[in-house]
Amino acid sequence: MFDIFLDDAPALVVVLPLLISAIIAFMPSKIWPWIISIITLFLHLFLSLHLLKEISVSGLIIYEFGNWEPPWGISFKIDGVNIGLQLLFSIFVLVSTFYSRKIFLNEIDYRDSGKAYSLWLLAVGSLNGIILTNDIFNLFVFLEISALASISLIALGAGQNRKALLAAFNYLIIGAIGATFYVIGVGFAYAMTGTLNMNDLVIQLAQYSDGQLAIFAGMSFMLIGLMVKAAIFPVHIWLPPAYSYAPSAFSTLLAALATKTILYFFVRLLYEVFIIYPSYLSLFLDFVLYPLSLLAIFIGTVIAIYQDDIKKLLAFSSIAQIGYITLAFSLKDHSGVASGFVHILNHALIKGGLFMAVGYFAILYKDRVTLNSLKGFGYKYPITSFALLICGLSLIGLPLTNGFISKLYLFQALYTNQMYFSIALVAVSSALAVVYFWKIVEQMWFSEIKFKSEKEDAYIYLPIWIVTISIIIFGIYSTPIIEFSNLSADYLISGYQN
Amino acid sequence: MVGGLFIIITSQNYLKKVVGLAIFQTAVFVFFVSLAKVLDGTAPILTKMANAYSNPLPHVLILTAIVVGVATSALGLALVLQIYKNYETIEEKEIESLELKSDK
Repeated sequence: MFDIFLDDAPALVVVLPLLISAIIAFMPSKIWPWIISIITLFLHLFLSLHLLKEISVSGLIIYEFGNWEPPWGISFKIDGVNIGLQLLFSIFVLVSTFYSRKIFLNEIDYRDSGKAYSLWLLAVGSLNGIILTNDIFNLFVFLEISALASISLIALGAGQNRKALLAAFNYLIIGAIGATFYVIGVGFAYAMTGTLNMNDLVIQLAQYSDGQLAIFAGMSFMLIGLMVKAAIFPVHIWLPPAYSYAPSAFSTLLAALATKTILYFFVRLLYEVFIIYPSYLSLFLDFVLYPLSLLAIFIGTVIAIYQDDIKKLLAFSSIAQIGYITLAFSLKDHSGVASGFVHILNHALIKGGLFMAVGYFAILYKDRVTLNSLKGFGYKYPITSFALLICGLSLIGLPLTNGFISKLYLFQALYTNQMYFSIALVAVSSALAVVYFWKIVEQMWFSEIKFKSEKEDAYIYLPIWIVTISIIIFGIYSTPIIEFSNLSADYLISGYQN
Repeated sequence: MVGGLFIIITSQNYLKKVVGLAIFQTAVFVFFVSLAKVLDGTAPILTKMANAYSNPLPHVLILTAIVVGVATSALGLALVLQIYKNYETIEEKEIESLELKSDK
């Protein structure tokens, strides 16, 4: 009986959360929306595992909606590039939903919890659509659904601090401009090729082998639009307020997955479609993405040092980390793209864990968590604090954590490309990361105030520790993440060399 | 299109920014619809009279984009309303000075 559903698994992973979100939107109950979300996301994980099994057999799934053949119909594509991200996405969303319940109840009116989880599932479904879609206009629709759901959830943080409204509004305006730029680019591409399907686009673009101005204009518009959405420096300004004023539970999801999925599509567009203009691509990568990545790494880290508010600090560190990822992607070879994917997967876990721990502190402290307010928390709440410590060490890139694996692969990729300046800069910025993280550690363990340890809520620290333990496991046994990333790079780079 | 973008960047009033965004998006919709025109083409309805049809696909895409645009504007206006309730102003400068005061 389940077989009928399993055939439609690629569609169901997106449609299921979207459908359920409509059902739970007006439930006034405190707990039912959460239970239904958990069940939905368990099914979601099950479907993702099923997709993994299918992929390991066939290597490629193209799902045609309504049996309309591409390039006429919309299709989803699952292959080696996105299956790793899909799996991580599914697992992380489930864990963070477990974590979110108590946090949401503390931060928003319990009567709103139906609406909150409805938006939560809407964001999950549409972000998953970004991972799977093979149609450039369909991507725009998912981009906007996820943005609108995120904005509404950020605005729910207004109960804590009214600045959340301003953060949401800025995200709305900047995000909508980015998305509209992307649509202009799609318009140019469609005008020249008459297709929206990514595979077909490659074939159609090949006929303009000398390159046409309209195509380059379209490509530039699309890339700039996506850069705004992925918060690549210098168009990142919406990100720090959005991360820091959103309800803590949602910050976790936003920081861990929202920009990562868009970065993934950005890379896919670069290396799968625009690759047929190698000169344009290398121009973009060398003179736009590469310098911007270096600036992002440096400036993001330096600004993070001067932040007093912990959530803002983490948000600026995210900008630097996105810089690491785009730096890796600008290298144009297998090792670079693979290390970029390694960092996408690892950083999703690290930042997720950090935001989860800080979110719990915000609940315990009942105010915004600043450096001062963390005094003595290391003794007061040892379980969560220790998780925060491990995630932070991983962010810096110490051995035995998955952050180390990321840095190792990034250094290797940079070294094979002989980019010694970037190596130096990445090393310096890792050292500076020690500075801002040490400020947190100092307040938590080395201030004069000593507290007796207090009871912590197992429903909250268990999910945090699941993420933390996975960070350690992937630091020691890194094969799964490396394998998935190499697989992604294999698929993307094979097109480049032909 | 540029007019809409200009309004978003220069105006200090949040409501005007939402309107600017709507103008900006509408301009892009018109651009899409203009792509669909085929010389001598008629509406894509099967008749004996016509020998060329306009491309209906951009219209369909824009129908989707219009819905997205409406949702964006609606959410933007709702946020402006909430900002007004919380700050009693929707001028960017006044809100900034209010926030500076509350930080001190």
